[in-house]
Amino acid sequence: MTRSVCRIAIPALAAALLCSGCSSLKMPEPWVKPYERNHLADPIMSFKRDPIDAAYVGHVRDVRESARGADGGGGGGCGCN
Amino acid sequence: MAALLVINAPPLLAAVLPEERADAMYHRYEGGGVTVDGPSVLVRKNIADTVSINANYYVDYVSSASIDVVTQASPQGYTEDRTQKSIGVDYLYDRTLMTVNYINSDENDYTADTYTADISQDFFGDLTTVSLGFSYGDDTIRKNRDASFKQSAERYSYRIGVSQIITSKLLVALSWENIADDGYLKSPYRSDYFLDTATNQRVAAEDSYPTTRDSDAFALRAMYYLPYRAALKGEYKHYTDDWDISADAFDLAYTHPLPKGWILDVHTRYYKQDKAYFYYDLLPYANAFDFHARDKELSTFNSTTFGIAVSYEFGSDLFGEKGSAFFDKGSINFAWDRIQFDYDDFRDVRVKTTPGTEPLYSFDADVIRFYLSVWY
Repeated sequence: MTRSVCRIAIPALAAALLCSGCSSLKMPEPWVKPYERNHLADPIMSFKRDPIDAAYVGHVRDVRESARGADGGGGGGCGCN
Repeated sequence: MAALLVINAPPLLAAVLPEERADAMYHRYEGGGVTVDGPSVLVRKNIADTVSINANYYVDYVSSASIDVVTQASPQGYTEDRTQKSIGVDYLYDRTLMTVNYINSDENDYTADTYTADISQDFFGDLTTVSLGFSYGDDTIRKNRDASFKQSAERYSYRIGVSQIITSKLLVALSWENIADDGYLKSPYRSDYFLDTATNQRVAAEDSYPTTRDSDAFALRAMYYLPYRAALKGEYKHYTDDWDISADAFDLAYTHPLPKGWILDVHTRYYKQDKAYFYYDLLPYANAFDFHARDKELSTFNSTTFGIAVSYEFGSDLFGEKGSAFFDKGSINFAWDRIQFDYDDFRDVRVKTTPGTEPLYSFDADVIRFYLSVWY
């Protein structure tokens, strides 16, 4: 029970801190100006240019590898034939 | 049975709603006696300027005569379907993007419901994006030809990510995810082997898994814009869990636009893992340990991937900035990955010889995707 409470409370607290902190933080001057970000905005500059493809490839790996998570999305899995 | 596939990913640049687009894909995996193919359709549409909804329909048609199936369950193999449906909503408020998803995966012997919630926030002049996420999964496991068999498993996932614009051409992202499982974590069809010393033969026996698992994965990704409009991407991922599995993955990708709307992608990936503490290719005797299993996904192995993808974009020059009456642009895409799996302690027991001396197992797999995308 304690474990479950912690598992829900910790991310909820983190999310609350994230939201409350954003308005009080003093934003530093961005060293890459918005008008200098045209290269970063290019569609080729994306880790997952096509979400439907990235999700499928992640699924193929999840089924056959033990390593799971940290792929930029949610997770789930089971042993598979 | 199959792991869930998850469509959503946190944004890497300033908080914006995802693109309005629709994708229709045919996917196919073939290797190791297994063929899995089927369609996937993903549609995303905005409501006003602050809400985006998405829905995905995905099917796996599985035809399996894998080494696990032919040596343990059914020499003739089996066929089954898996259907996955998901729906999600993104809500953008100033520099904060909130996302919730519901995913249902259904097979004749496995049902999984997953609920996800993510939030991301831009900081420091939109140079930094911090993401937090949580998922809860509720699985029900059944067994064919055994109506009384019913087990369950719960899955909790916690993740955090930071992406950082370093220069006008370099983006770096860090992510960490903890996943905790609780319940029935094995396949009801698989077994392992112990050595019958009287006959010097392998004898199949029911395997035994722990009922909890706790894992951590850490990933570092970087992407660099090359001077001639091309992109170089690298990724390193490290994984550990309390089953003593440790894994590392390295991925290097290169994206090269070609004239007249063509884009070429190539990538290579190397993955290696060490076995779970209760993995045994051959137990010395029956019930030698409390926990024991022989799933090759728990063994020591490595895989090497080479992949190529070609994309052709159409419509943007034809229809101009305003697009056509129905869509702005589209693309046709083909991707092919060849993966080679080499196992270090999983033996090919189809070869009849002295137990424990069978050749080590290896196989190649081809992963193909063909899909059409339109933006509107």
